[in-house]
Amino acid sequence: MGELAADKHVKYIISVEKKKDSFESVVMEHLRLNGAYWGLTTLDILGKLDAVDEEDVISWILKCQDESGGFAGNIGHDPHVLYTLSAVQVLALFDKVDILDADKVSNYIVGLQNEDGSFSGDIWGEVDTRFSYIAICCLSILQRLDKINVDKAVEYIVSCKNLDGGFGCTPGGESHSGQIFCCVGALAIAGALHHVDKDLLGWWLCERQVKSGGLNGRPEKLPDVGLLLLVGSFKLDHD
Amino acid sequence: MHGRPRKPLKPEDAAASAAKAEKLRVLQSQFLHNHHNHIYSKEAVELSTKLLETNPELYTAWNYRKLAVQHKLTENDSDPDSLKSILDEELRVVESALRQNFKSYGAWHHRKWILSKGHSSIDNELRLLDKFQKADSRNFHAWNYRRFVAASMNRSEEDELKYTEDMICNNFSNYSAWHNRSLLLSNLLKRKVEGFVSKEKVLPDEYEFVHQAIFTDPDDQSGWFYHLWLLDQTVRVDSPQLVSSWPTPGSDLILLGDRCLDGCASSPFTRFHLDSRTFPLVLYFNQAVEGVNSSTITVDSELNTNKDLVWKPLSSCNSKAAQVWVTQLNLPDGNTHSSKVFPVEVSLGHSQGIISSSGFHYSNPFCFAFRVSLQFVETQPVEALGKEIISWRDESFHNYNAHSQDSSPISSLYQLSIKNDNELTDFEWRAATIAKEIDHFRELLSLINCKIGKLTLARLLMAHDAMMCPPANKISHSEEVLELYNDLMRLDPTHVQYYKDQHSLVLLQQVTSNWESLLSRCFHYSNSPSNRGSPMCLQLKNLSLSRLGSFDKLLWVQMLDLSHNELRSIEGLEALQLLSCLNLSNNILGSFTALEPIRQLKSLRALNISYNEIGAHSIDTTKYLCSSPLSHSVGSEWNHGQTVIDDDIKSYWEAYFILKGLNLTQFDIVGNAIVNEKFKSFLIKVLPGLKWLDGEQLH
Repeated sequence: MGELAADKHVKYIISVEKKKDSFESVVMEHLRLNGAYWGLTTLDILGKLDAVDEEDVISWILKCQDESGGFAGNIGHDPHVLYTLSAVQVLALFDKVDILDADKVSNYIVGLQNEDGSFSGDIWGEVDTRFSYIAICCLSILQRLDKINVDKAVEYIVSCKNLDGGFGCTPGGESHSGQIFCCVGALAIAGALHHVDKDLLGWWLCERQVKSGGLNGRPEKLPDVGLLLLVGSFKLDHD
Repeated sequence: MHGRPRKPLKPEDAAASAAKAEKLRVLQSQFLHNHHNHIYSKEAVELSTKLLETNPELYTAWNYRKLAVQHKLTENDSDPDSLKSILDEELRVVESALRQNFKSYGAWHHRKWILSKGHSSIDNELRLLDKFQKADSRNFHAWNYRRFVAASMNRSEEDELKYTEDMICNNFSNYSAWHNRSLLLSNLLKRKVEGFVSKEKVLPDEYEFVHQAIFTDPDDQSGWFYHLWLLDQTVRVDSPQLVSSWPTPGSDLILLGDRCLDGCASSPFTRFHLDSRTFPLVLYFNQAVEGVNSSTITVDSELNTNKDLVWKPLSSCNSKAAQVWVTQLNLPDGNTHSSKVFPVEVSLGHSQGIISSSGFHYSNPFCFAFRVSLQFVETQPVEALGKEIISWRDESFHNYNAHSQDSSPISSLYQLSIKNDNELTDFEWRAATIAKEIDHFRELLSLINCKIGKLTLARLLMAHDAMMCPPANKISHSEEVLELYNDLMRLDPTHVQYYKDQHSLVLLQQVTSNWESLLSRCFHYSNSPSNRGSPMCLQLKNLSLSRLGSFDKLLWVQMLDLSHNELRSIEGLEALQLLSCLNLSNNILGSFTALEPIRQLKSLRALNISYNEIGAHSIDTTKYLCSSPLSHSVGSEWNHGQTVIDDDIKSYWEAYFILKGLNLTQFDIVGNAIVNEKFKSFLIKVLPGLKWLDGEQLH
């Protein structure tokens, strides 16, 4: 088996970080904070987090914070939980979560929990189980999980459980590996994994591996590298 | 993009790209300026249109547009035409953006937001959806949106059902359509809408429909998952039922406080050792239920006051629901005459309250009774089994020769519950359907060698056997099913672990299916001089078991040998409340968290987990399945004032958590990577009552 070309990966990530003026970069400017999470986590796994300027990154992240407490994808954009989680996760990578006003960030997220236990992504009300995972994960890192109604949050996630054992983005939504990662992750953090039908879901996930060895997100769809991470990590969770 | 390699740009393309990027940056800056300054002029809004039509992922622009709409609505609040044209424009922009990227969350959500203002017609929306679903019939955004529209615009579920039928007929491989179909049918059946009142009328057509898909292309998964759902609908019993109990109905128990003297003529299956002042009453249901308490269950006896009984759910985490519930009944104080018999009557279903997680009530009033007599040699309870070390070697065990007075300790309450007419016809239809499906799949498999076909046949045969319990003509398909799983392990090696697990479950069902089979595995433990009082040991070793099951048939077991198997987890073992000696040596248990069920086994005195893999793995894959300081569910347990969290507990918190409440007298752990002198001295601290560690007597 060949070896991982670690140096090349590091070089690639740094180049993407620096190349702020390419068309791809500008078009995806609004989700740069997500990109930062993926890139920096990779560097960290490769043991090369010091290849970036920590102070630079952190000061930029803080500029992305809105007065509501939430974070935007980049400076000047609107806050959303997607980027709030990425911000907290990147700060955690640098072990600098304590520079945040944890209560302020938590309050932003707490304010987005709805009566049925679900979470909206932002003030405009889109509901999705991805946001449930984000809320639970983020508050868990900030050690403020008790500020939301965890039982209700779990209840909502369970209501998105499908007859094939998987989870969708809203009640009735088709099972998708991405959503399953989020729902199972949220249930794991909340100590509620007993709601998962491990046999049924385990089987469904095993079926995601196609002949080429890659993993797809749903039955009869093409394999995808991003899903490799999600489905693979789920199996680790569950044996 | 899926499956396309990236290529570096040629120099002239790179320059063009940089110019494009600069232009875009200027527009985006302008847009953000408008947004922050609340500028909603025609030009400003058009700028956002331009941006969204090329980049629908620019989520801030969708937010801006909503603010713009709100702003315009407050300006022209009385003009319906103006309102319509404003909202129409938004819908047009969404459609345009979706053409650029029909998976854009922002675009779909914007459309929903506009619709919530009470605009557009169902025909318009369905037409839009048609376009998208023709382009990509699996687009889950479109399907979600479709469900949203159907619900908010009152489109009938029957019409939607017809739509899924059309989509499926167009292409059998449409998992999304099958999924939606299962959802719609579930709702129609649950609400008992006209034409969907009984499953008996609805499901046969569905079976025929899915057969077409499956038999056309057996390798396509969509039809198979739908078939699995149909099977579940056919077989599943919604209402909770009592499956098993200990003590068993009609049994005559003798509870012993010490080794029985020679006068013991009774069967070892009705003699139980106790080293406490209570004995358990265990109820085993067919699914997890809540609401088991002294109001919903009445226990009538001299031993206890019913209302004082506390019922505990046996589940991990802090779940209030469980399949198995237990309460403790008292032994009377003082010197009791050995021949006094205490009758105990248990009744349930007389008042509502026991409810399954899906909301179905236990509604079958049922009553059973058993008798208990006590034999104490001394007045204080004595640790009968803790007096001597237990040896698990083969020499210590002798085949048990059954006596005529031995009656099966396995209760099958199924026999005792009375069926009404409705349930009988219901049962007949279910049984007939399963039988038909079995024939169909046997036929299919005679033509082709298909893995999901074999798996489905195995599931059908097991479902058939489960429904026929107790077996009407003693016909059981276990052998055939075990063969199928062996085949599958060869045919489909990537999923071998799943098949192994299923194989183990079927094997255990076979072993526990009748009394003779169990008896052949019961051994009398005779390492001590007065051997007549020692319990029976059930030996289930060397069976390649990777999973455990059939606990409802094993509630009576006190001594269990599961050594030399392939167990990674012992989930469900908490049901065996009488277990005092347990041998799990030579398995592949990877961590202490995998032993969580043991925490609920309060009678456990001798535990052997030697030669496993505890401490051998850097990643604990069962960590999140167990209550722990890492999970939200644990609160007070870890904050007990008395516990000083020292370094040892920090290093070995899993071991601490699992072992601390137990009263073990004998513990074997040699052959696990975690074991060293430091760990052993930690164990001695955590288990103050321990007498033997790895065969050595402690002082």
